[in-house]
Amino acid sequence: MSLLAIRSLDVSYGKVEAVRQVSLSIEAGQIVTVIGPNGAGKTTLLAATMGLLPSTGEMLYEGRDLRRMDVEARVEAGIVLVPENRELFGDMSVSDNLILGAYSHRHDGAGNRRNLDAVYHRFPRLLERRHQKANTLSGGERQMLALGRALMAKPRLLLLDEPSLGLAPLIVRDIFKIIASLRETGVSVLLVEQNARAALETADVGYVLETGEIVHSGAADMLIHDPKLIATYLGGH
Amino acid sequence: MSSDIAAILAIDGIASGAIYVLIAIGFVLIFAVTRVIFVPFGDISAFTALTLAALETQRLPGTMGLVALLAVMATVMQVTADLQAGDHKAIPSTLFFYLLVPLVPVALMWFAAGTVMSMPVRMGLSLLLVLPIAPLLDRIVFRPIADASVLLLLTVSMALHFALVGLGLMFFGPEGVRTQPLTDASWEIAGMQVSLQTFLIVGSAVVFSALLYGFFELTLTGKALRATAVNRTGARLVGIRPAYTGTMAYVLASVLAGISGILISPVTTIFYDSGFLFGLRAFVGAIIGAMVNYPVTALGALLVGVLESFASFWSSAFKEVIVFSLLLPVLLWRSLSVGEVEDEAEE
Repeated sequence: MSLLAIRSLDVSYGKVEAVRQVSLSIEAGQIVTVIGPNGAGKTTLLAATMGLLPSTGEMLYEGRDLRRMDVEARVEAGIVLVPENRELFGDMSVSDNLILGAYSHRHDGAGNRRNLDAVYHRFPRLLERRHQKANTLSGGERQMLALGRALMAKPRLLLLDEPSLGLAPLIVRDIFKIIASLRETGVSVLLVEQNARAALETADVGYVLETGEIVHSGAADMLIHDPKLIATYLGGH
Repeated sequence: MSSDIAAILAIDGIASGAIYVLIAIGFVLIFAVTRVIFVPFGDISAFTALTLAALETQRLPGTMGLVALLAVMATVMQVTADLQAGDHKAIPSTLFFYLLVPLVPVALMWFAAGTVMSMPVRMGLSLLLVLPIAPLLDRIVFRPIADASVLLLLTVSMALHFALVGLGLMFFGPEGVRTQPLTDASWEIAGMQVSLQTFLIVGSAVVFSALLYGFFELTLTGKALRATAVNRTGARLVGIRPAYTGTMAYVLASVLAGISGILISPVTTIFYDSGFLFGLRAFVGAIIGAMVNYPVTALGALLVGVLESFASFWSSAFKEVIVFSLLLPVLLWRSLSVGEVEDEAEE
């Protein structure tokens, strides 16, 4: 059984269909990436998976019907989204942001403290800045905080929306290293990216989304050598 | 004006200002978490005073009927919503939280009716009885339109206030009440008589403000409330339900409104419709704090109290005019200095 199986998903904003008949699946422990140009419906796909947008079609998470669960219930079930604009608690401290990340497991005090130490170990910068307000952080630090907050929720399926957006190349490399390392902790990842090359290098499986429809899919190391994709998305180098 | 009179007016003003502080902080709390400017908040305060007065004269307070009515309405709405969602398992907890919990203080009151209670017991019971009103109103009125614009929420809130005043007349009757003083003791400080009651009022405002601050800074639930206020989407993404934090905000704010009602009831005569004016004065304080800043809100509410006290000495007929005129320079200054804040909050 797949961890997440989406079949014939439609999402529309009023009359505009942003996602049409999309089907994809993620096996436990996999990193799956959805690449595609701006406006292809990648963010919409993630928002619908999280329950932030209404959708029609089938969505099964460990065999359970996701569409009967609201956003909060999905978080409790282990689906955690790191949105493109991070949605941090800007006016609150870094440590409060992280502590609130574990809100869905708030009764597991010892586990959350261990988890907090693990996040600080993974992102030493956050430990240095733990008393600072989130909105005083740099772009890279904000992304680390968003990832850290998501990890505090003990995700089984992490939805990442453009984690490299607006970050310096060195930091992008770090972020992708961290995403790859999540595999060892048993977290599955659905990664949406414009930076197609880095995404395919990190992922096991890739899907290409264009104007709301999936036009290509396959093993990531196959896609990365596909001449058509190289021409359109991989910049030819 | 001699310095003696000025001092007396100042003390008087600080005492009533301290009462407004509690209501004003409640306004800010509810607005920050739910985006609702809860106009009937002053009514909650007045209803507490009326409940306390009824208990003093060993009558059954009208609040019992009001709470029972609201509890039944909210339960019917929530059970219907549960059934529509096909969520049969949620019904027992719905019955527990929407029907049983609000009716506990009503039942307590029913059994205690006619007995002579000591003052702290009366106060505690009044407070308990008033607590469910705002959260139940939230469920009945605001949750179905939770995603509406701030303006629509305000309009509905205004209408709700008028409905509540009507219910107040129905359940409490038109008579004004004034409860016994908290204490008759007074101290002489620097040649002036200051009643212990004044100290109790100011002390309560300080203690409850401090408790609220501690709750926000130290507890996870408090942080969840702040998180909802700072970023609703972010809060949902970590699993915080806005409906839950909203209820918490209404309960907490009701504690503050209830305390303010208990404190104000021995100071002035309260009618079923007195709440609006307290609310409005406290609201001026909340505006000074721009509906977001708790310390500035508290200072603003104190300023309103002091200004009101001096204004009633200078020209009693123009008291309200002077107090509410304070809004003009404040709003002008606010709109000139922090014009962009509104846009950010809309995100």
